[in-house]
Amino acid sequence: MGNVITLMEESVLSTHKAEMDTLLTSKGDSQRTQYPYVTGTSVIGIKYKDGILMAADMGGSYGSTIRYKSVERIKQVGKHSLIGASGEISDFQEILKYLDELILHDNMWDDGNSLGPKEVHNYLTRVMYNRRNKFDPLWNSLVIGGVKNGHKYLGSVSMIGVNFEDDHIATGFGNHLARPILREEWREDLSFEEGVKILEKCMRNLLYRDRSAVNKIQIAKITEEGLTVSQPYSLKTFWNFAAFQNPTVGAEGSW
Amino acid sequence: MPKEHANWSPYDNNGGTCVAIAGSDYCVIAADTRMSTGYSILTREYSKICKLADKSFMASSGFQADVKALQKVLSSRHLIYQHQHNKQMSCPAMAQLLSNTLYYKRFFPYYAFNVLGGLDSEGKGCVFTYDAVGSYERVGYSAQGSGATLITPFLDNQLKSPSPLLLPAKDAVTPLSETEAVDLVKTCFASATERDIYTGDSVEIIILNANGVRRETEQLRRD
Repeated sequence: MGNVITLMEESVLSTHKAEMDTLLTSKGDSQRTQYPYVTGTSVIGIKYKDGILMAADMGGSYGSTIRYKSVERIKQVGKHSLIGASGEISDFQEILKYLDELILHDNMWDDGNSLGPKEVHNYLTRVMYNRRNKFDPLWNSLVIGGVKNGHKYLGSVSMIGVNFEDDHIATGFGNHLARPILREEWREDLSFEEGVKILEKCMRNLLYRDRSAVNKIQIAKITEEGLTVSQPYSLKTFWNFAAFQNPTVGAEGSW
Repeated sequence: MPKEHANWSPYDNNGGTCVAIAGSDYCVIAADTRMSTGYSILTREYSKICKLADKSFMASSGFQADVKALQKVLSSRHLIYQHQHNKQMSCPAMAQLLSNTLYYKRFFPYYAFNVLGGLDSEGKGCVFTYDAVGSYERVGYSAQGSGATLITPFLDNQLKSPSPLLLPAKDAVTPLSETEAVDLVKTCFASATERDIYTGDSVEIIILNANGVRRETEQLRRD
């Protein structure tokens, strides 16, 4: 029969050869995300009387180095939602680009309708799950919160697509250190001041025990009226425990 | 060049237990509402039960993201069926669809452990039980998920199901009344909650019969 390849087939083959090579050889695997590089730590979100409160610190760690100290990890999405991210910062920036395009197209319909937090959460869940299916995850844990038409919404998505909504959400270390505090102290009718106090209590706890936490936090508030992100500020900490004054008194030579 | 090892797994087990019992003219489908990861509880109020059709309810435990995707695929397939046939899918038809959908991903499975419960075309209760890749059979009752090993022997004892190997084939549907069956399910979950760390918080029970659908919730231990 012979090797008969038409001119068109040949050009198609050559353009795709490079692409196919990367997928078939082990070089293709290195294109997939294996580990995160610059990461953000916990994000905490709670529902309160008028809407949603979300808190995160401004740290971006490069392994064990706290490399960046002014990373905004809570951002606005459209008119009604907030997104907070922990995990790989560059993947979060890419997610923000996807959301930007999503909101843009939503606005271009110009039909008076706008995507609420539930819709944004659903969209992001699908994005994260699809990337996981391709073995190339966006290495983030996301918190989406907002208010639309009087309905408060707070949800979470992980890097493999696990998603749920609840009255209080935390990612990473927050799940272990903040959630128990929230389970004990959260109420349906928290005022803004009470909500901030509880979030600060959680963030302080994380500061003490999470080595990748930095003492520079932002608290974001979203209500039916709109959104505000606070200026960065620091929490007061207490280190004056007697055992810290003379730490080796019980065992000289130890730490 | 040696192949690198991924340091993440595309799967996670979010725990939970599902049970379904078929009666002569009803079906009970139940699942706990706890969602966990590792040793942490993510949320105490997550529903694992999905209405696929008027007379088909699916309860699934395992990896939540896969369960959600599976529910979406089946729901949209049912919508297409309704457009094409102008009627609801029967429970046995949905059972076959679920099996095919699961096997379709035989080489990257949905990590979902399912029980499908509903009423067949004669109005009798039917329960179908599945593994992660779609092998299924119609049974009188079934439990799946983290507490299944604790519940199944108890159900075997209480419901005295005839052996599927008997000839002529004996119906496995229980002679218990609807209220007795619901009570039995509550007992199952209360017991499983004691010993299975992934089961607890509350149990959601769906009762399907000729009159329609009823939903009950019962609080379970939260520890």
